[in-house]
Amino acid sequence: MEPLILYPEEPPFHVVKALQDGGYPFVAVKNVAQASKDETEEGWSGAIVCADSSLEDAFIACRQLRSKELNVSPTLLVVDRQSLAKLELREDLFDDFVTLPLDARELEVRLQRLFYRTGRGLSKEVIAYGPLSINLETYQASIGGRSLDLTYMEYQLLTFLASHPGRVFNRETLLSRVWGYEYYGGARTVDVHIRRLRAKLGDQHESLIETVRSVGYRFGRNPRH
Amino acid sequence: MPTRPNTRAKIEYVLRTAEERKVAFIQLWFADVLGTPKSLQITPAELENALTEGMTFDGSAIDGFSRVQESDVIAVPDPTTFSLLPTDTSMARIFCDITNLDGSPFAGCPRNTLRHALDRAHELGYSFFAAPELEYFYFTKSEPGTVPTPLDSGSYFELTVSDLATQLRKRTVLALEDMGIPVEYSQHEDAPGQHEIDLRYTDALTMADNVMTTRLITKEIASASGVMATFMPKPIAGVQGSGMHTHFSLFRGNQNAFYDEKAEWGLSEVARHFIAGILRNAAAISAVTNQWVNSYKRLVPGYEAPVYVSWAQNNRSALVRVPNPRHTKPQSTRIEYRAIDPAANPYLAFAVVLGAGLDGIENGYELPAQVSENLFALTPEEVARRGISSLPGNLEEAVREMEKSELMRDILGEHVFEWFVRNKRDEWNGYKVQVSQFELDRYLGHL
Repeated sequence: MEPLILYPEEPPFHVVKALQDGGYPFVAVKNVAQASKDETEEGWSGAIVCADSSLEDAFIACRQLRSKELNVSPTLLVVDRQSLAKLELREDLFDDFVTLPLDARELEVRLQRLFYRTGRGLSKEVIAYGPLSINLETYQASIGGRSLDLTYMEYQLLTFLASHPGRVFNRETLLSRVWGYEYYGGARTVDVHIRRLRAKLGDQHESLIETVRSVGYRFGRNPRH
Repeated sequence: MPTRPNTRAKIEYVLRTAEERKVAFIQLWFADVLGTPKSLQITPAELENALTEGMTFDGSAIDGFSRVQESDVIAVPDPTTFSLLPTDTSMARIFCDITNLDGSPFAGCPRNTLRHALDRAHELGYSFFAAPELEYFYFTKSEPGTVPTPLDSGSYFELTVSDLATQLRKRTVLALEDMGIPVEYSQHEDAPGQHEIDLRYTDALTMADNVMTTRLITKEIASASGVMATFMPKPIAGVQGSGMHTHFSLFRGNQNAFYDEKAEWGLSEVARHFIAGILRNAAAISAVTNQWVNSYKRLVPGYEAPVYVSWAQNNRSALVRVPNPRHTKPQSTRIEYRAIDPAANPYLAFAVVLGAGLDGIENGYELPAQVSENLFALTPEEVARRGISSLPGNLEEAVREMEKSELMRDILGEHVFEWFVRNKRDEWNGYKVQVSQFELDRYLGHL
């Protein structure tokens, strides 16, 4: 089989041992750029990203693995049990995870399950919700068959909301997840963008994004109703 | 905040959208120091390279960019501003930041000047919002040198039959909405042929981009029907000029920093200091908010344009007006600065208003009492007795006030400040030597 990318260069000993015992070929890399450089002709069969030393770096690596040039899949995240809460809302960055301390048997089962699905692809290319459809491949969104002209940030905001239907997000969460950096507009900017998105969705569909008073915004139906 | 490198996702978004929407040309937009729009046009084949590397060009051809030795600069597109042009959907536009060859922000780029001012506000915990009201005229196209003829003879709020001017304004509003620039409302203004478009508030950088776009789209749509739209501050003597009253507010996170429910009129300390800072620096920022010889023909008594440096809650002769937050929503507490005209460079105008206001906050300037009477009904002596000063009476005075201001030098940076003062002096000197129609009519036979 094709080798796995193993990140970082010095992964936890038990992960290395489990892979060797299981007979999985792998190449440990310093960073994703190196993986891109060292890629063999047959390509990578997937990646294992260990977050034991730095969770932030691991997320960056996951994100880069997802980039279009490399597009390695599947990605398995190895993470400390204490850090599990931090995975919330980052589900799009990896396909599955195992916790440390590592159970070698669990790692193998999860890898097998992921490989079984490789090729079919776990990451969806189209998000569809009612009349809304977002093509993640072409970055085009449409509502009831009418294509929407969105700015980049409007597109990102709509994609984020539509991938978590029924969940309520406050403005700070949206700002940090969607904009990702300190933006000139601050949290108020979220309101401005929501208003514009609703206007573009049109009278008939603007209720797809609901304001939850004194909390924030929710896309799609309230699951409790 | 330095210009951020364009991330792959943003670049992909622009590339794929250009491809999917079959864009044939992409205009790379930026502004010179006077706010004149400039554009480099490229094809989709060049787009990826432009987004990743930027486009190098000779800056010495651009007003306020020129420094003969180091004239090459790079236009780096900001992918978040990518938009199709509703007037021709085979075209897209994208705003650029200008950098030096080493990638550092270019000091002559107005967008960088505004970014710098916004960074300053950010350090103090504020984000800055703006909502301008652009007034402009439609004229029938006429020979250069002749008196312009307004396209209609309506007046304020007039419900006219659907004449061409109203149709043009409507088309402009729809085109702006298509580009993601929401319009609060639009109306016929006081003078014949004069119209107004009010933009919904957003962060000041986006808004400055929006003002550039609005001016261009307005002119383009008019021009397609053989009509001239102009943002000249005072195109006809004896009727109202065109202003760009702009509403400003500061937010701390999601809270309006100008509102305090316990304070008098709901106006927070921050708001009071901010207004005080603007009043104190009003004369110094004038050369930027009103940058042409013609700008000062608008700032005269009798036409609802401000002349005196004062503030009030609901007095349209005041320079700073504060719509009563008790009557609106607390979150929409704001101040209205009434001097700016629509021919200003919006990047620099917003930067100097912000800088003047922050000066008031940082130094805790006390807000003088508001003046609620109509100042235009008083004699200049009566106004002076109340300790109320005037805005500069002409461009020369304004430049002199600007030159004295360390704050202005600080907000604009050495490069823009020096160039601007030099350019405006030249303009004044060119104007000074003219013999006007006024003089001919009055003196020629008489003297």
